[in-house]
Amino acid sequence: MSKILVGLKRVVDYNVRVRVKPDGTGVVTDGVKMSINPFDEIALEEALRIKEKGGATEVVVVSIGPADTQQQLRTGLAMGADRAILVQTDTAIEPLAAAKVFLKLIEKENPQIVLLGKQGIDDDNNQTGQMLAALWDRPQATFASKVELDGGKAKVTREVDAGLETIEVDLPAVFTTDLRLNEPRYVKLPDIMKAKKKPLDTVAIASLGVDTAPQFKTTKYEPPAARSKGIMVKDVAELVAALKQKGLV
Amino acid sequence: MAKILIVAEHAGGKLNPSTAKCVACASKIDGAQIDIAVFATDGAAVAAEAAKIQGVKTVLTVNNAANAEPLAAVLAPQVAAVAANYTHVFGPSTTFGKDLMPRVAALLGVGQLSDIAAVEGAYKFRRPVYAGNAIISVEAPQDKKLVATVRTASFQAAPQGGSAGVEAANVSASLPSHTRFVSRSAAATGRPDLQTASRVVSGGRALGSADNFKIIFGLADKMGAGVGASRAAVDAGYAANDLQVGQTGKIIAPELYVAIGISGAIQHLTGIKDARTIVAINKDAEAPIFEVADIGLVGDLFTIVPELEKALG
Ligand SMILES: Cc1cc2nc3c(=O)[nH]c(=O)nc-3n(C[C@H](O)[C@H](O)[C@H](O)COP(=O)(O)OP(=O)(O)OC[C@H]3O[C@@H](n4cnc5c(N)ncnc54)[C@H](O)[C@@H]3O)c2cc1C
Ligand SMILES: Cc1cc2nc3c(=O)[nH]c(=O)nc-3n(C[C@H](O)[C@H](O)[C@H](O)COP(=O)(O)OP(=O)(O)OC[C@H]3O[C@@H](n4cnc5c(N)ncnc54)[C@H](O)[C@@H]3O)c2cc1C
Repeated sequence: MSKILVGLKRVVDYNVRVRVKPDGTGVVTDGVKMSINPFDEIALEEALRIKEKGGATEVVVVSIGPADTQQQLRTGLAMGADRAILVQTDTAIEPLAAAKVFLKLIEKENPQIVLLGKQGIDDDNNQTGQMLAALWDRPQATFASKVELDGGKAKVTREVDAGLETIEVDLPAVFTTDLRLNEPRYVKLPDIMKAKKKPLDTVAIASLGVDTAPQFKTTKYEPPAARSKGIMVKDVAELVAALKQKGLV
Repeated sequence: MAKILIVAEHAGGKLNPSTAKCVACASKIDGAQIDIAVFATDGAAVAAEAAKIQGVKTVLTVNNAANAEPLAAVLAPQVAAVAANYTHVFGPSTTFGKDLMPRVAALLGVGQLSDIAAVEGAYKFRRPVYAGNAIISVEAPQDKKLVATVRTASFQAAPQGGSAGVEAANVSASLPSHTRFVSRSAAATGRPDLQTASRVVSGGRALGSADNFKIIFGLADKMGAGVGASRAAVDAGYAANDLQVGQTGKIIAPELYVAIGISGAIQHLTGIKDARTIVAINKDAEAPIFEVADIGLVGDLFTIVPELEKALG
């Protein structure tokens, strides 16, 4: 049985314009729309495509979060995942702790591939996959834009600053997804009904015996510095004059 | 006292400017001792460059045939070994550093602070979250090694003129063979590098095709500028992936940023909010890009861009 484990993080939807609370203790999340981290949708889509091509027999989606995270896991099941695991916690955990939780699940599930997003669009940390690969002592292929499996190996094309880089890794391995890996499928209504019958196990984070105490302390949230109001010009001549005045051309 | 190790980023025997930006960040910590480590097959040339950065005490070279390509799985155990003598380990928040540093942190059994945007103390920093919609102040524990990446757009490269010593470091770490480099395709454009260019001209979905996108290259060449693109333009295949500017692409801070046919989605804006001057050209007067633009021009890019190119002589 070759399995793929996929991380689905519950985050504030990317369309929401996030605002800092006036008292600086956090951002406004009450009543805000929550969704699956977009990179994780891409991770799930890739896992499903691998399974559809015969490269895996089971796709398991995993989320670490509060009870409400069941919504995102159900969406993952409706997309086509076979099974879901919710590791329940009411406090936010840091990437190292998330990696430790994933490692515990790996020990139990024995996946060939773990697919995560390259970053959560909330905290933008870009850490969890790399940390997990280190703790698991296995390869990592981050920022993947193409994955080709070949027996016990995978060739992965990665989006790097200089262009595209291809590496080959032995499986099992951790992949993190970049935007252009694929375009996730839409969920169809009958699939939502079917997803209700698929297994979703809930595990209390404490039962896993990992240290999830945060290492970092956020002392303050502030809105970013606002840019000063600009000017509108009416044609190219005015634009060039304005640029000249600033010494930019 | 803080002893800071910076992992050098380099390619083709040349030091990446991101390293001098990490030094600039580290220099903001009072009394810090700053060393740089160069992991390469033969790091002599890169180390000589690194030794000239002001504020650096020692440059360590770790030569190993396995270090020919920057594979995180191979480099991380070596960085972790060298890190033993340091209180802080910094890398740039480029794809090189983002790939490597969390792996180093996990090997050291600590968390990582991503994207330092400002230094408030040896263990107190500021960083953006939520696509730059919030800036948080974060405190790290003083009894643990601090592994962090530096948001390169937030720092001016530390100046030249230093004369650090160069030493070979012996590292014993067992290196994995499970990860192998295959190839890299970098488009050699001859244009200024997007991440360090002082001027950048960017095109969006409005360009409509890879062929049309050439007018962006034309204008950029006239201005001596680097070229950027929105995600929509990259997804549609008008521009290469390494040109994407934004939350999930490159975060840049040029003197001049010209956004052409780009609407100004938050994910794009977070990549340019440190630009000194933003110029927007868009046919929709209501486009959100105008809210952040210093100079805005409403109109059709297909008439404006050729006119502008001509006006610039
Ligand atoms: C310095 C620092 C300050 C913090 N401050 C706060 C704070 O003030 N308030 C607060 O609420 N939280 C805070 N956190 C914790 C934070 O909320 C996140 O839970 C945690 O850091 C993961 O962030 P990320 O998604 O950016 O990780 P990334 O490493 O960017 O995530 C990459 C991928 O890992 C997987 N993954 C990560 N987390 C999960 C998960 N829970 N479930 C399933 N898959 C997952 C996903 O596939 C995701 O795409 C802080 C963390 C740090 C390091
Ligand atoms: C997880 C996630 C991450 C993302 N990361 C990034 C990122 O890193 N970078 C990024 O850029 N985006 C990113 N995006 C995408 C972002 O949300 C927007 O979809 C994208 O930036 C839009 O690109 P655009 O402005 O080129 O296209 P559009 O929004 O379609 O805007 C095109 C603009 O061109 C104008 N226009 C059309 N024709 C003309 C003409 N003839 N002359 C002048 N103007 C014209 C229109 O008025 C419009 O304003 C991300 C999205 C998600 C979900």
